[in-house]
Amino acid sequence: MDVFSSLMDGFATALTPMNLLYAVIGVVLGTAVGVLPGLGPAMTVALLLPVTYALEPTGAFIMFAGIYYGGMYGGSTTSILLNTPGESSSVVTAIEGNKMAKAGRAAQALATAAIGSFIAGTIGTTLLAVCAPIVVQFAVSLGSPSYFAIMVLALLAVTAVLGSSRLRGFASLGLGLAIGLVGMDSVTGQQRLTFGVPLLADGLDIVVVAVAIFAVGEALWVAAHLRRTPLHIIPVGRPWMGKEDWKRSWKPWLRGTAFGFPFGALPAGGAEIPTFLSYVTEKRLSKHPEEFGHGAIEGVAGPEAANNAAAAGTLTPMLALGLPTNATAAVMLAAFTSYGIQPGPQLFATEGPLVWALIASLFIGNLLLLIINLPLAPVWAKLLQLPRPYLYAGILFFATLGAYSVNLQAFDLVMLLVLGALGFMMRRFGLPVLPLVLGVILGPRLEGQLRKTLQLSAGDPAGLWSEPIAVWIYVVVAVILFWPLLMRFWRKARPEAVPAVAGRHVTTAPDAASTNDENADTRALDDGATDTSQTTPAGRQENP
Amino acid sequence: MISSPTVASRLQGRSELGVALLLGAAGVVVFLDANGLATPYSRSDPVGPKTVPFIVAGLLVICAVLLAVNVLRGGSGEAEGGEDVDLAHPVDWKTVLPLVGAFVANILLIGWAGWVISGTVLFWGSVWALGGRHYVRDGLISLALSILTFYGFFLGLGIALPAGLLEGIL
Repeated sequence: MDVFSSLMDGFATALTPMNLLYAVIGVVLGTAVGVLPGLGPAMTVALLLPVTYALEPTGAFIMFAGIYYGGMYGGSTTSILLNTPGESSSVVTAIEGNKMAKAGRAAQALATAAIGSFIAGTIGTTLLAVCAPIVVQFAVSLGSPSYFAIMVLALLAVTAVLGSSRLRGFASLGLGLAIGLVGMDSVTGQQRLTFGVPLLADGLDIVVVAVAIFAVGEALWVAAHLRRTPLHIIPVGRPWMGKEDWKRSWKPWLRGTAFGFPFGALPAGGAEIPTFLSYVTEKRLSKHPEEFGHGAIEGVAGPEAANNAAAAGTLTPMLALGLPTNATAAVMLAAFTSYGIQPGPQLFATEGPLVWALIASLFIGNLLLLIINLPLAPVWAKLLQLPRPYLYAGILFFATLGAYSVNLQAFDLVMLLVLGALGFMMRRFGLPVLPLVLGVILGPRLEGQLRKTLQLSAGDPAGLWSEPIAVWIYVVVAVILFWPLLMRFWRKARPEAVPAVAGRHVTTAPDAASTNDENADTRALDDGATDTSQTTPAGRQENP
Repeated sequence: MISSPTVASRLQGRSELGVALLLGAAGVVVFLDANGLATPYSRSDPVGPKTVPFIVAGLLVICAVLLAVNVLRGGSGEAEGGEDVDLAHPVDWKTVLPLVGAFVANILLIGWAGWVISGTVLFWGSVWALGGRHYVRDGLISLALSILTFYGFFLGLGIALPAGLLEGIL
């Protein structure tokens, strides 16, 4: 089975009129919700899950592909026109993009973002198509011990590397794992954490959990701090670029792609690190370094490309290993499961046509984004003026509708409110939501692999490290866990190295970027890119 | 141990300790629940249904203790920002509580009065809570949304939302 012919079959499926329509709906919807404040692609996919129960899986996933890329693109439009980025991956785009827009170059900023996203998305999807089957070939040789180790790595990496406080990340993970325990134990049939409530015996529906945490929690949180002064939105015409802009953009696009894809594919990838690395690199390589901070086009082109390439990279472990590493991929994994499809290495064998149609529709969605969004940019800018009461009332309305339509039980709405309150509290006290959602989704699968492993080894814990891959992964896990301790020794040994690692300003970051160590980069990113100097004093004392 | 005046002053403005308390309580609940499970040892399932809950309970309790220590030492979580979020003013309960009220009203009404009525109440109430004051326009939008979603779900997706009081009319 070679990649090219499978992909062509995928295109044949994805290009039928009905599926093309789903792709268009996905792209438009994804961009719209990406543009709208308070909504993100993860929330949109979660809200649409119940709707897609009526669709066949291929159509649903083609639509999700459109939403996924559209949401990324819409987020960057908002950060260029508003300078209040909603997603952490758009933070870097806002630095230069909003300066460009203020200087009257909004059209060029949007154009370089759109075209850069297209190029990065296309290259990233090509890499996905080439890499995923290779990862699958490698993954089919792995047994339960290795899978268990990989899942542990993914959970710990997302928890420990992303976000400013590891302790709060682990607290969130613990809550997520606890929520994942609710229901009947799949092996012995015993009820756990159901408190005698029969409705809890099947566990909490992942749609309810995701919608509650992403949508209800967010709506309540924004309502509590609703900005009463109207935001200043920069008006924009149709995006275009001049010859000089093209000349200055194409290299950053390619370099951004090179940063984005590998980081997206790593278990603790995400788009924050590569967008930041791309920004720093462009700043250093630019012939116009004096323009940085005042609207340099390279500073939009590179990070935007990195962002989209990372989005494509994230799908590699998600499709090949069943391992989601960002919120949207996590919810898409839940969607796979709800169709009775098990993501993982067998996916390419059992659901080959579906997977290749999904990959083909990523290419199509990318092209549609470019065709649709260049002329529609002024419309998206208008969308930003939607009255906020309608926007957030609408989020609550559709969240309720989505959660209710799964089982038609008012009980689910009670859970929605309770978990929504939890989401509110987490936002208030800086607990990241991604570890919780991943804990809910991966927790039961993790437990399944653990029990299978020890069943095979007849209860001998040594079974956990009976495969060489598992041992290597545990070494990486240990490094991630003990990173703060290692850093402490490192600083004691070489005090002069401190500024490079703990740099609080973007200016010191190139030093960090030149090391090959992703963790140092993360730390620098947390401190520098968000530029809030908010890495709490606590952040350094913690040692979970 | 710490003397009482210090305790009082340390507790001031540390609402985040509530999070530690919640984590700790969750950990204890998970532990007690797992402890109450009856599990005969089985060769085919040496791990059993208790092990993972015990690990999760441990993680929660450890996080609770470390978080409490962290907060008492002056650490604090960073509240989440966003496009429409203005962290300069404190939590506005006058918006949040009516919003929750509209949500609860929907839960109570949905089975009895049906989705069209409860959805209208939910949307209209939420808009009102969030500061919308065009009562008639908001009401018409709410009603239109509820009716459209009712028929959209029924005709498009085959999901019959409850008609409630309006059964026979819709």
